[in-house]
Amino acid sequence: MEWLETFWATYSTLVLSVGTNVLLALSIYLTLACGLLTVANAAFMGIGAYTAALLSLHGSLPFYLSLTLGALLPAMVAVMLGPPTLRLSGVYLAMATLAFGEIVRITLLNTENLTGGALGLNGIPQYTRWFDVFAIVVGALYVLLRFAGSRIGRTMMAIRQDEVATELMGHNVRAYKLFAFTLGAGLAGLAGGLNAHFTFFISPNEYGFDRGVEILAMGVLGGTGSPWGAVIGGLLITLLPELLRTLGDYRPLLNGVILILIILYSPNGIWDLKRFIRSRHFVPVS
Amino acid sequence: MLAQQLVNAISLGGVYALFALGFTLIFGVLNVVNLAHGAIFMLGAYTALQAVLLFKLPLTVAILAAMIVTAAAGWLLDYFIFAPLRARQAPHLAPMIATIGLSISLTSTIQGMFGAENLRFPVHGLAAETLQVGGVQITALELQIIFLAFLLMTVLLWWLMHTRMGCALRAVAESRKAAAILGINVEGLFRLTSMIAASLGGVAGVLIALYTNAVFPQMGQPMLHKGIAVVILGGMGDIRGALLGGFFLGCAEVFSVAYIGSTMRDAVAFGLLFTILLLRPEGLFGKAAQRRA
Repeated sequence: MEWLETFWATYSTLVLSVGTNVLLALSIYLTLACGLLTVANAAFMGIGAYTAALLSLHGSLPFYLSLTLGALLPAMVAVMLGPPTLRLSGVYLAMATLAFGEIVRITLLNTENLTGGALGLNGIPQYTRWFDVFAIVVGALYVLLRFAGSRIGRTMMAIRQDEVATELMGHNVRAYKLFAFTLGAGLAGLAGGLNAHFTFFISPNEYGFDRGVEILAMGVLGGTGSPWGAVIGGLLITLLPELLRTLGDYRPLLNGVILILIILYSPNGIWDLKRFIRSRHFVPVS
Repeated sequence: MLAQQLVNAISLGGVYALFALGFTLIFGVLNVVNLAHGAIFMLGAYTALQAVLLFKLPLTVAILAAMIVTAAAGWLLDYFIFAPLRARQAPHLAPMIATIGLSISLTSTIQGMFGAENLRFPVHGLAAETLQVGGVQITALELQIIFLAFLLMTVLLWWLMHTRMGCALRAVAESRKAAAILGINVEGLFRLTSMIAASLGGVAGVLIALYTNAVFPQMGQPMLHKGIAVVILGGMGDIRGALLGGFFLGCAEVFSVAYIGSTMRDAVAFGLLFTILLLRPEGLFGKAAQRRA
C-alpha cells in the first residue's frame, strides 16, 4: 500500500477539494433546480468558513460543533436574505445575490479585528479528514437524490418549468424557494467549514466573484437535471486544471474555452452530452 | 471643496457611464448579460498601451486602435457565442456562463503575453498640466476624459434617436420578431450592437487606464461589478438610465471617499445596489417594466 501513501501525500488536498467542490455544486444545484439563478453561494461558503475557523481558533470548540455552526449561520442569513431577494427573478436575482456576495467580501475585508482583514486567518487547525468529507458528500447526495424523486423535488421541478402554474396548483412557491435557498446556503457553509480546516489559511478574496462564478459553472456544466450532474460538474471543474497542468500559464485559457464549448454544444450539461450526440438536436434548458 | 469633488465625480462617472452603456446596450438589444464586457474593457486598455509603447502612436490614434480591436472582438463574440445561443433560444444562464469562459480565456491570454504586473502609459505631461477654474483644479487629462466620454455618449444617443438605423435598433430591442417581419436585418443589427458595445467598453478601458495610471490583466473584474451596479441603478437595458447611473455611482464613490473613508468605497456602491434591487428592481430611473433602449 505504499503507492497509496505517496498518492495521498501528493494529492490529499486535491481529493478533499473535489469533495468540497461537489458539495458546493450540490448547493447551487438546489437553487438551480427551482429555476433560481443565485450566485450568493460563494458568500455563504465564506460565512461558513469564517464562522467555523474562528470558532476553532478562538473558541476551541470541537470540530463537529464548529462545523455545524458554520453551516447554521449562513442558513440563518439565507432565511433573512431570502424573503426580499427571492421576489426578484432571472437576471435581477443574479445581480442582487452578486451584490450581496460583494458586500460580504468587503465586510470580511474591513472587519480586521475579527477576521484579520486582507491578511486573512492563518493557522487554522487541520481537522478535516477524508472520511468527514466523504461522509458529508455521500449524505448530502443521498438526501438530494431522495428529494429529487419525492414530492419536494417534483414541486421544485414544477416551479422551474412554470412558476405560476405551480402556484395555482396550490403549492407555496415562496416557501419552496426559500427552502432550497436556505438548504443551499447551509451546504455551502458546510463546504466552507470543511475547506477552511484543510487549507490552513483563508482570506476574504477566496469567496469573491470568481468563486461564485466557479460554483455556478460547476452547477451548469454538470447539468441541473439531477444531483449527479452537480457531482460531475464539481469533479470536472476541480480536476480539469490539474489535467491541464502541463500547459502552465495558459491553463485558464483552455479552461475557459472548454466552458464555452460545453455551453455551446451540450446545453443541458455534460450529463446530457450522450443524448446530444445521439439525437443531434438541441433541447433548450429552462 | 464640493466643486472639486464634483469635477472628480464627473470624470469618473463619465467613464463608468461609457462602460455601462455598452453593457446595457447588449442587454437591451440582445437580451444577454455579457460578463465578458470587463475582459473587453481590459483588452481595450492593453491595445492602446501596446499601440503607444510598441508603435509609438499618439494617444488619439491609440484610442482609435483600441476601438477597432475591441469592435472586432465584439464581432467575434457575437459570431461565435451569442449567435449560436440565440439560434437555439438558450436561457439567460447559457450566455452568462459562456461569456465567463471567454473572460477567463482572454484574461489568461493577456496575462500570458504581457505578464501579471502593473503596466503604465508613458508620462506625456498631460496629467501634470492643471487648469484653475474658479478655485477648482482640473487636469488636462480629466478634461479630455470628460470631453471624450460626453462626445461618444452624444453621438450614440443621436444615432439611436435620429437615424434610420438607430430606429431599427430600437425596434429590435422592442420586439425582434416584429422587427424581422418589418424587414429589418435583425441578425446584422445584433452583430453591430455587439461591436458598438465592445468598442465603448474598450474606450472606457483606455480612459480608466489613463485615469488611474494602471493597466493589468485583472482590471476588468472590478469594473464589471461597477458596470452591473450602474446598469441596475439605471434599469437594465435603459440607455439614459445607464448614463445617469454612471454619474450617480461616480458621485457616490467620490463623495463616500471624501466624507466616509476610502475603505468602504466599494461597499457603498454595492450597498446602494442591493437596496435599490430590493426596493426598486426596475431601477432608479425606470418607469414601466418594459422601457428598453
